Amino acid sequence: MKSLRLYAILYLIFLYAPIALLPIFAFNDGTVIAFPLKGFTLEWFKELLTIPALHAAVLNSLIIAVSSALIATCLGICAARAGTRFAFPGKKGILGLIMLPLVLPEIIVAVSLLVVLLQLGLPLGSWTVVLGHVLMCTPFSIAILNSAFQSLDVSLEEAAIDLGETRWSSFRLITLPLVMPGIISSLLIAFTISLDEFIIAFFLTGTNPTLPVYIWGQLRFPQKIPVIMALGTILVLASVILLAIAEYFRRRGVARTGQADAGGFL
Amino acid sequence: MKDTLGVERPIIALENVEKYYGEYYALRGISAEIRQGEFFSLLGPSGCGKTTLLRTIAGFEELSGGRLMIDGKDMKRVPANVRPTNMVFQSYAIFPHLTVAENVGFGLRREPLSRDEKARKVAEALEMVGLRGYGARAAHALSGGQRQRVALARALILEPKVLLLDEPLSALDKKMREQMQTELRRLQRQVGITFILVTHDQEEALIMSDRIAVMFEGQIAQLDTPQQLYRRPNTRQVGEFIGVMNFLPATATVSDETHIEVEAAGLGRAVIAPDQLPGGWHPGQTQSVGIRPETMSILFPGETTDRRVAIGTVEDLSYYGDMTYYVVRLDGVDRPMTISMKNLVGRPVLDRGTEARVAWDARSLVLFA
Ligand SMILES: Nc1ncnc2c1ncn2[C@@H]1O[C@H](COP(=O)(O)OP(=O)(O)OP(=O)(O)O)[C@@H](O)[C@H]1O
Ligand SMILES: [Mg+2]
Repeated sequence: MKSLRLYAILYLIFLYAPIALLPIFAFNDGTVIAFPLKGFTLEWFKELLTIPALHAAVLNSLIIAVSSALIATCLGICAARAGTRFAFPGKKGILGLIMLPLVLPEIIVAVSLLVVLLQLGLPLGSWTVVLGHVLMCTPFSIAILNSAFQSLDVSLEEAAIDLGETRWSSFRLITLPLVMPGIISSLLIAFTISLDEFIIAFFLTGTNPTLPVYIWGQLRFPQKIPVIMALGTILVLASVILLAIAEYFRRRGVARTGQADAGGFL
Repeated sequence: MKDTLGVERPIIALENVEKYYGEYYALRGISAEIRQGEFFSLLGPSGCGKTTLLRTIAGFEELSGGRLMIDGKDMKRVPANVRPTNMVFQSYAIFPHLTVAENVGFGLRREPLSRDEKARKVAEALEMVGLRGYGARAAHALSGGQRQRVALARALILEPKVLLLDEPLSALDKKMREQMQTELRRLQRQVGITFILVTHDQEEALIMSDRIAVMFEGQIAQLDTPQQLYRRPNTRQVGEFIGVMNFLPATATVSDETHIEVEAAGLGRAVIAPDQLPGGWHPGQTQSVGIRPETMSILFPGETTDRRVAIGTVEDLSYYGDMTYYVVRLDGVDRPMTISMKNLVGRPVLDRGTEARVAWDARSLVLFA
């Protein structure tokens, strides 16, 4: 038992030490990333406000993340509903294929998408990044929404139809509110994934870089590194908050329909 | 519900209704007429197609063949949401994100009623099922029995012509179930709506129904009143499914129009009346007779009777306090039979292995193929 605990602690240190370094150097009053620390400063955070290229990248990333999250969640709703409600030939195989990007190396997905797009002669731009991100996010959305739809009694919608509602209105009045926590959770997770994603964005972006691509570009300039540390600190904080909210909604959804928790991502 | 000739029109008419899922025939030619205002039960073992038939009537399943009429109208291409039926689901299907009142009033959403009228109707419906004052409660926090009542109120608020109930009591514990059985019966008499109840519990069907359709493998084996079903089952299968029935190998011969002579193993010869034969039945087809445990009695030593007497041995017994169930093997028969006896004052409980003199009547024999 003791060695197991030691292992767990070492593992956590290994996992989180690099991330812990981010805020440490973000507030450090020195351009060199090295110990000993010099002193406390907000200089690097202030500098973030003065870089137009950074602001453009942030805006671009936000637009891409919002679009990807919306599209992936809509696709997820359709797939999860079809998967939990109807039986059709090849259902397992089709769902398996949809979930494949979860385990495929991102670089493979990125390169193959790039090849296809270039072959088709389509111009690269924000929309191609959205395309790639939808591909990455949809499996997560499906997994989250599946658990939301699965915990739903099939007769609920039938009961609404029986009481005079149409198919669509019973979906809107009964199913949608009940899976709403799952939808919100899916939107947030997909948004976070898209916001942080680098490889696909790097390959498929046109002239406007996303935030991670911009950061990568700045790493060539050593004097910019403390600023990047500050930016990284903000990003980590934002991601953690978004994921926590997503998990909160997922759990609330499970509790609302009175089911046992089948586990999520967190 | 009388037509122009003054003939009672059935509220539901099933004409050779069929339903198949791919190769599998779930319903194989169901024909029945369900009368206005009756408490009708569909009874049968698991998988016999009860739910399928109920869902076909509700409009959730399309017919593969045959015809379904509700109140004189063909229901082909009439979707579930406009049929004059409402359903109480097995899981109750209470909307968990709504309050009790919102659940009960859900069907009124599309009715052209004022807010006050709707609230009044909801209050009335809650009152009717004994949930007065529960309107503001969250629906997901109710007990099983309360959910059941909410589901009932929700389905009855639209005053359907037919209320469909799919095993509504199976999720309740024994005591609650018995209470709800009485209450459902009372409610049905009060509102006068036709109830169709699906159940696999024969006792429940007998207690509650005006008429019962016994189903096996997608077909109706017998449609009758509870008494008729119990006393005169058409087939061995029905006799076995409803209550307990003992079967003895037998042959029958007709001596004249009104006398049919039966020779049953262990019991001997008996003359029975033609009304003891199932309808459309030729006595020569007889292969066995059935007899219910409570129609026989074991005579205690010294007791005399003017009934017929057969001799056997007590093989086993189960003592239930008010009753004793004896397993008796009649001389010359290889299968033992069950005989139930009330434990009256002064009547001793017999031991295993003692000789049993079994008194029986020719009137209680039922003939089977
Ligand atoms: N959607 C379906 N697809 C294929 N087969 C089905 C479908 N629905 C029902 N069946 C089959 O039809 C048969 C009758 O089912 P049904 O649900 O009507 O039985 P039941 O009498 O209600 O049984 P239970 O008492 O177990 O509820 C079963 O063998 C079932 O497997
Ligand atoms: Mg059923």
